[in-house]
Amino acid sequence: MTAFSVNGRKVEVDVDPDTPLLWVLRDELQLIGTKYGCGVAQCGACTVHLNGLPRRACVTPVSSIEGGEIVTIEGLEGKEADAVKSAWVGLNVPQCGYCQSGQIMSAVSLLTEIPSPSDADIDHAMTGNVCRCATYVRIRAAIQRAAADLKKG
Amino acid sequence: MRFGNLGTPRSASRRHFLRVSGGLGIGLIVNIGFLEAAYGQSPAVKTVDPTGFVKIAPDSTVTVLSKHLEMGQGPYTGLATLVAEELDADWAQIRAEGAPANDALYKNFAFGAQGTGGSTSIANSYEQMRKAGATARAMLVSAAAQQWQVPSEEITVAKGVVRHAKSSRQASFGELAEAAAAQPAPGDVKLKDPRDFVLIGKNLQRLDASSKSTGHATFTIDVHRPDALTVLVAHPPRFGAKAVSFDDAAARRVRGVVDVRSIPQGVAVYAKGFWAAQKARDALRVQWDEAGTERRGTQELIAAFRAGIGQPDGIATNKGDTGRALATAAKVVEAEYIFPYLAHSPLETLDCAIEIKNGACEAWYGCQFPGIDHPVIAGVLGLPKEKVKINVLYAGGSFGRRAQIFGELAAEAAQALKALGRDASIKLVWTREDDIRGGSYRPLVLHRLRGGLDKAGNITALEDAVAAQSFLKGTPLEAMLVDGRDPLVTEGASDLPYAIPNLRVVERVMQVGVPVLSWRSVGHTHTAYATETFIDELLASGGKDPVAGRLALLKGEPRYAGVLRAAAKLADWKGAKVGAGRARGVAVHKAFDTYVAQIAEVSRGSDGMPKVEKVWCAVDCGVAVNPDNVKSQMEGAIGFGLSAILFDEITLEAGQVMQSNFHDYRMLRINEMPHVEVTVVSSKEKPTGVGEPGVPPIGPAVANAWRALTGQSVRHLPFSRVLST
Repeated sequence: MTAFSVNGRKVEVDVDPDTPLLWVLRDELQLIGTKYGCGVAQCGACTVHLNGLPRRACVTPVSSIEGGEIVTIEGLEGKEADAVKSAWVGLNVPQCGYCQSGQIMSAVSLLTEIPSPSDADIDHAMTGNVCRCATYVRIRAAIQRAAADLKKG
Repeated sequence: MRFGNLGTPRSASRRHFLRVSGGLGIGLIVNIGFLEAAYGQSPAVKTVDPTGFVKIAPDSTVTVLSKHLEMGQGPYTGLATLVAEELDADWAQIRAEGAPANDALYKNFAFGAQGTGGSTSIANSYEQMRKAGATARAMLVSAAAQQWQVPSEEITVAKGVVRHAKSSRQASFGELAEAAAAQPAPGDVKLKDPRDFVLIGKNLQRLDASSKSTGHATFTIDVHRPDALTVLVAHPPRFGAKAVSFDDAAARRVRGVVDVRSIPQGVAVYAKGFWAAQKARDALRVQWDEAGTERRGTQELIAAFRAGIGQPDGIATNKGDTGRALATAAKVVEAEYIFPYLAHSPLETLDCAIEIKNGACEAWYGCQFPGIDHPVIAGVLGLPKEKVKINVLYAGGSFGRRAQIFGELAAEAAQALKALGRDASIKLVWTREDDIRGGSYRPLVLHRLRGGLDKAGNITALEDAVAAQSFLKGTPLEAMLVDGRDPLVTEGASDLPYAIPNLRVVERVMQVGVPVLSWRSVGHTHTAYATETFIDELLASGGKDPVAGRLALLKGEPRYAGVLRAAAKLADWKGAKVGAGRARGVAVHKAFDTYVAQIAEVSRGSDGMPKVEKVWCAVDCGVAVNPDNVKSQMEGAIGFGLSAILFDEITLEAGQVMQSNFHDYRMLRINEMPHVEVTVVSSKEKPTGVGEPGVPPIGPAVANAWRALTGQSVRHLPFSRVLST
């Protein structure tokens, strides 16, 4: 049994301890916004927040997060999250959309840490998230817009 | 991404397109009750147009059924825009969803069956979807006229409201839907004059932007059916090998594993969840029969292609007397180009949810060719097609990966279901390793070019010999061959637009036991690179500017010249050399009847690789239904094309694929993405597709800039291999 919280809710799961958090979220808890892309932490589609920091769920054994606090795209809240989601929609960022949960999780982490990121900050923070449709031009623009909106308050 | 060859007037598919679209309006009237049963929708939701594309709910929500798969290129939004325009709906009331498998209603006119590809969605459906909207509008108006006892000519519709001004009556679509669905279908409907367009040409919000920005969009991998098992299949290490026997003792000991079965594609592991299925598959021991499989490696294949290219088996273009012109030229330039196998690697791997219950099958997945998959699934399960329902969901990218000619994924899923021998629900999932090692690649291609110049530096002759595998010959797409020749091998070179008096393009189809498939922009992925870098070198040899030199050869080609001028203006082009450690390159190409010019500004990165700083792009796709989406497709295609030319190659050793995941098959990342500026050339021509045409020019534009910067011609892709040797 491993106990942790997801989106503010306490959960206990009885799975093999090496089961990656990604598959616990998807197959046990039906939280399917977090995606599988590579299984080896190369694409970032599975990005969640663990105790407030981005984490690749596909290589995180569930036994390693005992007592931890997980936030997924479904439970992402707060002013940074609202600003990012609204900029994403406003600039028509998604194409196929499959990677975008992970992109948004990383973007919200970035803005929480650096409220006014430079293009270099964005490139640095978002390098772990692959978008095969290459929506990168708009991801950069959406993060800048979200930062500007947050500044306006 | 492409399946048919729409836009090539001589092809059989094009003739089919014309014939079928000419018959629209009379040929597709179907029983509405059947439609509603087929959709399984609430009886309160009415299918208002008899062609099966427009549903209206009591709350006036209008749902447009898209016969084209939404895999990122925006057809849901684009096709819904066409309907909404003629329906005079308010954009806020519009939704879109995938049309289920049904060739009779939803065939792609370019293919003769339901399917998405070849950048055909808007081009194919421009009139059809507008007619569907106009038909639904006419039926709403006629219902209102009947209810209000007024002449229908006096009724107006705007922003989703039906009005009769004289009697001050009005109704919403939802209020009229039931009565409208019972109206006789209008024989013919008049479409709007483009001057009256309210929605077409506007930058409307993508209908899927919100659900894809909140984690709520449902992809195949997200389908959750009660008691469904996750299935992973152990595939052979070499293409075409068959499982002879297997030892599943260790696999069955994995917690959560339910079954292990042999299927024609390999060995299927059934488990409660992905992780158990993967662990069990890793624990399987399978004996493979590899007799007759491909055993050559990349080096041997290249040698075979080199030998083959001198013996062409098809002539695509033969203008003037190229042999003589080359023999008498003042200068002859010769070059060999090698293009590697490429995997599509959409971020969502191949997957398919499918179940069978009481003799009926239902599947849910990002199905790109329902017209092919539907009979494949029915055939495997031994069911009539009527007992197989395919629900088409969002696909997490395709780029050609899901455009499967033989319905391979559908067949594997159906076989895995059948092998259980009972009513069951499964979700087949491919891992990233399965995907990258799974074949269906952009073919390996060799080009050998020779160009002749006269004393004044004018190009007098060009010869392009191409050796490649074909995915038309010997497949269900054989009807697309032209005089026994595969036109996709040379497309983009065979129709080279430049005024060169002697042009000869020949092909040699090579036999290799590696499965190949269309890959975003198909033949243009290599023909644009080979011809546009070679022309650039010939122009340089003749002392000509890359832009001015091209324009001089494009006098009879206003749309090519138009995008080239537009890109040059956007970039403020003043030549290839710009100083400060940077240089520029240009390329212009037409694919799928859409014209694109790109200018790339490149520096040398600290790793010795090109760093693409900025790209300027001009596109002419006829009427731009949604200019912002056109721009978005150009931006994405630039990044997609860049990834391939800079980093990507699938290599083989003794028939085995050497790459397996994103650590050795690199995707472009955000720090490698250039700044991009796009201009959409204003046009009144009929709309053409934008999903693929942005890909071909970026490779040659970067290569031309790199040569201007360093003097190095890169002719064996990707760039990474050239720079590391």
